[in-house]
Amino acid sequence: MPIKTYRQAINEAMAQEMRQDSTVIVIGEDVAGGAGCDGERDAYGGVMGVTKGLFPEFGESRVIDTPITESAIMGAAAGAAQTGLRPIAELMFMDFLGVCFDQIYNQAAKFRYMFGGKAQCPMVVRTMAGAGLRGGAQHSQNLTQMVTMVPGLKVVCPTNAFDAKGLLITAIRDNDCVIFVEDKFLYETSCEVPDEMYTIPFGEANFLREGTDVTIVGISNTVNKALAVADRLAAEGISCDVIDPRTTSPLDEESIIESVEVTGRLVIVDEMTPRCGLAADISSIVAEKAFGSLRAPIMKVTAAHSPIPFAPALEDAWMPQESDIEAAVRAVLGYTR
Amino acid sequence: MSLDKKQFLQAYRTMRTIRDFEYRVSDEFGKGNIPGFLHLYAGQEAIATGMCMNLSDEDYIVSTHRGHGHCIAKGGDVGDMMKEIMAKQGGSCAGKGGSMHIAAVEKGMLGANAIVGGGPPLIVGAALSAKTLATGSVGVSFTGDGGSNQGTTFEAMNLAVVLQVPAIFMFENNGYGEGTAAGYAVGSKDIASRAAAFGMPALKVDGADIFETYETCKKAVDHCRSGKGPIAIEASITRFRGHFEGDAQQYRGKGEVKRLMKDLDCLKIASDIAIEKKLATKAELKKIDKEVAAYIDEAATAALAAPSPDVSELLTDVYSSAY
Ligand SMILES: Cc1ncc(C[n+]2csc(CCOP(=O)(O)OP(=O)(O)O)c2C)c(N)n1
Ligand SMILES: [Mg+2]
Repeated sequence: MPIKTYRQAINEAMAQEMRQDSTVIVIGEDVAGGAGCDGERDAYGGVMGVTKGLFPEFGESRVIDTPITESAIMGAAAGAAQTGLRPIAELMFMDFLGVCFDQIYNQAAKFRYMFGGKAQCPMVVRTMAGAGLRGGAQHSQNLTQMVTMVPGLKVVCPTNAFDAKGLLITAIRDNDCVIFVEDKFLYETSCEVPDEMYTIPFGEANFLREGTDVTIVGISNTVNKALAVADRLAAEGISCDVIDPRTTSPLDEESIIESVEVTGRLVIVDEMTPRCGLAADISSIVAEKAFGSLRAPIMKVTAAHSPIPFAPALEDAWMPQESDIEAAVRAVLGYTR
Repeated sequence: MSLDKKQFLQAYRTMRTIRDFEYRVSDEFGKGNIPGFLHLYAGQEAIATGMCMNLSDEDYIVSTHRGHGHCIAKGGDVGDMMKEIMAKQGGSCAGKGGSMHIAAVEKGMLGANAIVGGGPPLIVGAALSAKTLATGSVGVSFTGDGGSNQGTTFEAMNLAVVLQVPAIFMFENNGYGEGTAAGYAVGSKDIASRAAAFGMPALKVDGADIFETYETCKKAVDHCRSGKGPIAIEASITRFRGHFEGDAQQYRGKGEVKRLMKDLDCLKIASDIAIEKKLATKAELKKIDKEVAAYIDEAATAALAAPSPDVSELLTDVYSSAY
């Protein structure tokens, strides 16, 4: 099977869907680049080059460069989705959610319900999230928790290239507004990705490693960190179940609960801030539904409760590291009543 | 009304300081001494300089992601800025902000902003403080051509008119928002002409000419100080560098950057005019160049040697009191 990067996998999913469905459009800032300029068109293909090549193939009517105007981009995508198109709207950095959240959570997310099931909003918001690149307080946040709490939105967090392609195809074909959160740390990572189109259903977790001592659930790139820790601990005879929920809404509660019923111990890793976050959410679900199986308190490994600092030393301290995950695993294993 | 000799030499020094600062941080970025993203102001120096020469520490500015020049022009400490950009102890923002959040709050530079369009509403608030507290201060938001299209900018302009606050909306039209031309993204083609629709006057200026820019900004500041409400300026300019350091700029035409760097170099234009008007001699300007070069080198050397912030700082200043 061919090896592709996360970036290529996402690009391929869009290109293949656009070839077979002429209602799929891409809209956003510099998704091609070079509009109105004397130089080359498709100069960027998105700031991370993820949409590169779509403009030459599909042209300016389907790959639409916009002014810097996130609120109008999201609203236009929602309005177009309600009326026959399937827009893939790009929100360059997830931090910019603040600029356009109304159009997403008050508009796109609510059409179907508010209008008694008579409207739909088949759009995808592709966005880039994640700290560690020294982007500072307004270019590093992963706000998955903020969108996950909104009824009507579906939220996808692919953690490898294979999942990215299958989940994005599912997202584009889905009839609801899907927030597709790309982790900026993963664009260069690669794995086997089929050339053919395939879908991965929402709400089905991926068991990356099966174990019996501790369940580790990771969100976005933290799942890869969890996997590295589990691999190392395996050498010591500590056996971890590592679960990637793939989508935080819908969330595959059952898989997590089934795992905890075996291991009795749960560590949840989330790169986001701790309050009202996904780690807290999953923790409450397990406490409620698998209380009897727990042999130790649930441990949350999250970022610190602060804006994201610029200085590398501070940012590294801010975000969950493998050493934090390892310490949490050891803590739940060492717990005695 | 125009810059006198003393003012000109000050303007020249400020512009040269910004230019040298930017090229030095570009070098240090290339050497791996600066983390994160870097957007340089090289080429646009006359705008920040011409505006800020009309302001005092009591006046406010808000800036963009391309904020080093605004910060220097408003009197920000170059040594502290260098440390901030290098993520060091003693940085203007304690190493927590970085290039995109450079600030000199004590000098009225309320902060660079990594959210395009984040600044204009904030300056309406600063101008509201000035009006309410009757301080006589004015507020200036620096915004790009790209930022001119954000809803926040439109709302801020309208609110400034409604509240009749002393706010100046300075639009620096450098032709591009990232890799998209202003000619494409600004529907009206002309940013200044939008102001009238909001109910405020607007001025246009060649932002590469420090003399004209200074005078135009002076008119705008006088307008605000005399209680006539907000005003907008569109300054046309180019950027010498990519959108960010590392930008390959394929969207720019063949030879475009080279040509514009030759035709629109504010420092060259300033020296030519000044020498012709006998406001300065070549020797005087050379001396300033030398002094600035040494000053920047000293700042960079000190920043390189400074320690990183201590990890114990992670949770300080999230709130105003113990939490
Ligand atoms: C809300 C928001 N949208 C998009 C971006 C990404 N971005 C950063 S700078 C920039 C271009 C800004 O263009 P302009 O306002 O003309 O300023 P210039 O870069 O030319 O100084 C863009 C799109 C951002 N930082 N914030
Ligand atoms: Mg611009």
